[in-house]
Amino acid sequence: MAEPRPVLEMTGIVKEFPGVRALSGVDFRLFPGEIHALMGENGAGKSTLIKVLTGVYALDDGTVTLDGRPVRIDSPFQAQQAGISTVYQEVNLCPNLSVAENIFIGREPIRFGRIQWTQMRKDAAELVDRLGLDLDVTAPLSSYPLAVQQLVAIVRAVGTGDSDGAGAGTKVLVLDEPTSSLDRDEVLELFRLMRQLRDEGVAILFVSHFLDQIYEICDRMTVLRNGTLVGEHMVSELDQVGLIQLMIGKAMDQLEGLQEQHAEVGETLLEADGLGRTGGIAPFDLQIKKGEVLGLAGLLGSGRTELARLLFGADQPDSGTVTIGGKAVSMSAPNDAIGAGVAFCSENRKTEGLVPELTVRENIILALQAARGWIRPIPAAQRDELVAKYIKALDIRPANPEARVGRLSGGNQQKVLLARWLITQPKLLILDEPTRGIDVGAKAEIQKLVVSLSEEGMSVLYIAAELEEVLRLSHTIGVLRDRKLVAQIANGPEITPTRILETIASGEHQ
Amino acid sequence: MTTTPRWRALTQHNLFWPVAVLVVLLLINVPFTPGFFSIKMTDGHLYGSLVSIVLFGSPLILVAVGMTLVIATGGIDLSVGAVVAITGALTCSYISDEANQDSLSGVFLAMGIGLIAAVVCGLWNGFLVARMGIQPIIATLIIMVAGRGVAQLITDGQIITINSEPYKLIGGGYWLTLPFSIFVVAAVVAIMVALTRRTALGLLVESVGGNAEASRLVGIRSMRIKIMVYVFCALCAGIAGLMISSNTSAADGNNAGLWIELDAILAVVIGGTSLTGGRFSIGGTVVGALVIQTLTTTIYTIGVPTQTNLVFKAAVVIVVCLLQSPKFRAKVFGAKFRSGTGTKDGGTSSATPADGASTTAAAPKMEVS
Repeated sequence: MAEPRPVLEMTGIVKEFPGVRALSGVDFRLFPGEIHALMGENGAGKSTLIKVLTGVYALDDGTVTLDGRPVRIDSPFQAQQAGISTVYQEVNLCPNLSVAENIFIGREPIRFGRIQWTQMRKDAAELVDRLGLDLDVTAPLSSYPLAVQQLVAIVRAVGTGDSDGAGAGTKVLVLDEPTSSLDRDEVLELFRLMRQLRDEGVAILFVSHFLDQIYEICDRMTVLRNGTLVGEHMVSELDQVGLIQLMIGKAMDQLEGLQEQHAEVGETLLEADGLGRTGGIAPFDLQIKKGEVLGLAGLLGSGRTELARLLFGADQPDSGTVTIGGKAVSMSAPNDAIGAGVAFCSENRKTEGLVPELTVRENIILALQAARGWIRPIPAAQRDELVAKYIKALDIRPANPEARVGRLSGGNQQKVLLARWLITQPKLLILDEPTRGIDVGAKAEIQKLVVSLSEEGMSVLYIAAELEEVLRLSHTIGVLRDRKLVAQIANGPEITPTRILETIASGEHQ
Repeated sequence: MTTTPRWRALTQHNLFWPVAVLVVLLLINVPFTPGFFSIKMTDGHLYGSLVSIVLFGSPLILVAVGMTLVIATGGIDLSVGAVVAITGALTCSYISDEANQDSLSGVFLAMGIGLIAAVVCGLWNGFLVARMGIQPIIATLIIMVAGRGVAQLITDGQIITINSEPYKLIGGGYWLTLPFSIFVVAAVVAIMVALTRRTALGLLVESVGGNAEASRLVGIRSMRIKIMVYVFCALCAGIAGLMISSNTSAADGNNAGLWIELDAILAVVIGGTSLTGGRFSIGGTVVGALVIQTLTTTIYTIGVPTQTNLVFKAAVVIVVCLLQSPKFRAKVFGAKFRSGTGTKDGGTSSATPADGASTTAAAPKMEVS
């Protein structure tokens, strides 16, 4: 089949940040009149590629051609001039201005130094009408729900190219996670608009964490992993299991053959009943037993972290109840969970875990001290002994309690975070990606620690991107997909990574 | 070579630059004021420039120490000047209403009422910042602006003068040969240090200022901590208000503590506490406040015309801030330090404070001539 000429071609794109190669030689192309999905886990380089394309980042190497001509895109403004428009996840419009003003802001029709209001309203109404929307362009944007504001943002993006006079028009429309806060009907309306634009010849780049939506709307997809191109496929030729394998980077059979974990499990410790949060995770029921390791499997963005945060009170649930040790816990703040014996190591060590300018010692005692209150400091001798004990037990390096935590390596920072919570002797330890970004040695140590904690009777909720890690450690595996807990599977010899992947892909456990 | 690491360690100490600047400023005074460092005993009281600097700097030290904690939580308190005025106005108007202004119980009651007003101001600031989530600079701006009006209401727009011997002691009296204010300041600073470092308050304040979200997730009740810190700050400002009105035996709603918030913020920053919050140093703040007071004294003694003294002050502050910036030091002294460590130690290292001195010393001479 002879392919038409791509409207956009990016070749050998390289982007480096201090210490990280975010994109190493990525090729990407986009054809007119197609909806193209950019796939990959968080950190695969999707956002970086989009930001290079839209002029937010300057590229370090590589070329971009638009309509066969090489272009340099140094700023978002230049990107717009060239016909590349972007709509981000958050609506970046002014809710207090009218729909028409929002569509034309920054490029109002001007004659003799005055804005031609009538002209602007007429143009806006025409544009909205052409795209099949039913909107009063004189009404303030805030009078419409968020989903409609999202559509207005798209109208604005499309209109940006149109008004250039020369008829350049928007050639490329980038939609970065536009559906994350929309409900089903709103998504359908968005899709209708996307299809119309596609049929008009616009090339649409679509990013979404929801696999079903990708398969519903997209024609072609490009998969990235760790900053490199993994492949470009027609959506119809790659099934969901195959796609997930590409994103994670392991063939299913490679994941097989691991031993599982086997400490005795006691009575129920925590029971969540219909717990949920709109925009976070759909209501779920969950039980964690004493000494049990419950692993959560699912793609990034599937709701793993959101589930964990609800169980810690880090986000407030808007439905459901939690009982810990037979007592109802309100979960309106982390304090409630901590008081009931729950500890939480966030996946974002730096922003949600450590206080970088404080010392190792201060960071380690922080949770215990917070529980005791400011008036009752931990006696110095007892404090130093505890800190020394955990530095030794977890092999934190440098073994200097006075070292500033911000200067430690990722693995050691993670251990400091673990020490902080272990010192409080929690009943349930929630570990969100505790092994991410740390070296192999530290990884193994942390996994061993989880097993021994479980043997001592501590319950652990374990979240990790790597399936074999979850399988090796867990008694039970909770599977998440599209912000829903779709299955809870008792671990056993017959449970393989393949089975879990199939569950993730299909949304149900056979 | 042997002294290099020790010198390095010294310059790395967080009090090094503030103290160096203080010493340089003090030395500048010597040629202008003969016997600047001498302290004489007259009528059982110690007199001397150094004593005066501490005495006149007392209110600023108090306000700045309170401000340190607020800034450490990532906040700021612009209302302290107004709190100084309110406390002074309330206390003086109570004393002036009394038949016997020398009655000890009356003075204590008046002071108590003034300090309670200060605490109420602190609670209000804390409530707006911690509970309502208003940005500290806006929340405290309310009392900064309205507070002076409240003080004027209390004094009916007049300057209330009083004649109370016991009250005079706080800001103008002597005890054990030294100004009583110095003892008050020493006591407040000691209490503050004990309160923050002997308990876990300091740690929790630094944690909240260093990473607010992590602190929430670790279970620190940051709302309480913040309210407490604003109350402490207002209380310190209240004591400073007592001191200022006692020193002049008058309450001036308009001018008492005017712009002291800016000097206090400056003192905190000079003392090495970052405006973004986190690590704080009460000792550093005390040194910072002394630097500012010494600077004010120096401006008078070397005869900078009063119309231009703010410009002069600004110039010195710029120098101090630049000296404290590691980026600036690396740019200006970086090359010297690098070549110096290889060859010899004393010469290059002493060049740094001397540079600061020559800049500050050059400016006044031009002004005088």
